[in-house]
Amino acid sequence: MTTRIVELRRGILKKNDELAAALRASYTAAGVLVLNLVSSPGTGKTAFLERTLKELKAKGLRVAALVGDLETDNDARRLASSGAPVRQINTHGICHLDAEMIGKHLDGWEGVTLGGLDYLFIENVGNLVCPSSYDLGEKIRVALLSVTEGEDKPLKYPTLFNSADAAVITKIDIAEPCGFDRELALRNINEIRPGIRIFETSAKTGAGMEEWLAYLAEERVGRGR
Amino acid sequence: MHELSIVSSIVETVTETLAALPDTSRGARVLEVRLRVGALASVIPESLEFCWGIASEGTPLEGSKLVVNVLPVVIHCVPCGQDAELEGVQSFRCPRCGEPCSDMRQGRELEIDSIEIEDGEEKL
Repeated sequence: MTTRIVELRRGILKKNDELAAALRASYTAAGVLVLNLVSSPGTGKTAFLERTLKELKAKGLRVAALVGDLETDNDARRLASSGAPVRQINTHGICHLDAEMIGKHLDGWEGVTLGGLDYLFIENVGNLVCPSSYDLGEKIRVALLSVTEGEDKPLKYPTLFNSADAAVITKIDIAEPCGFDRELALRNINEIRPGIRIFETSAKTGAGMEEWLAYLAEERVGRGR
Repeated sequence: MHELSIVSSIVETVTETLAALPDTSRGARVLEVRLRVGALASVIPESLEFCWGIASEGTPLEGSKLVVNVLPVVIHCVPCGQDAELEGVQSFRCPRCGEPCSDMRQGRELEIDSIEIEDGEEKL
């Protein structure tokens, strides 16, 4: 019996990467800016997104959201109150969204076409680890962190923060009672992803939303780069 | 914890590769699978190894060894004009000059590097 070595040099997530590249091309062709929102469970992704959808809609922009959870359509129903089309993706135990799930849910989404949108938001499954490996074809990956979570979270989960294009700190209205050390949090985010844009927001009071919306507008102008 | 789906994907790719090799005899089996995994790939080598036995059962990979080669993060420092290896993943600064740096050249790999196979007795 003979043994031999066969070189492969193949990406393990190649299938996902190829699907994501095809999605990215279709987003660019349609002129829609796609964002992937990632955080721990409980950071306030849904509240932040709900406010973002409402404010963009009020400006006359065409927005929609795909929202991932293991089970239930609670988030989709909550986000639908914004008036924007929202579709729930139930992963049934899978800890992240992948490009195939996005493609499937974009197909046959009643009343929604990519060409008819200015912004598409994808709210990932609450998880700071696994979503970072799966490209969804998004232009902007947003890592969210709430003031209740501890300033060292970027150091504990460097993969996600390092792969993010923007960081959002949520719930800043309760920063003080939580003893949130703002300087330390900003420093830690910058240590992992030097120069990243950071937004300090409250979905409840609306603090920081104006700057966030201005950023979205800038990125849309530069879309397809 | 998406290691099981990653491992299943490795088993699938290797099985396909094996079937597609023109000169592989019937009954060929895989002895070893070598991976290149970046320090920032967000997979835990121990978890991959833990899932390996279950995922490879009943395939030509059954009983094979999984070898995970972890690659450190390498950044490119503009002021120094050189690449530099980082000791950990807690600080993205050039170890020479201390400048913050986000230009990553290595560290996110998640690849099957090579496989070692043993040909069976019976040639096709």
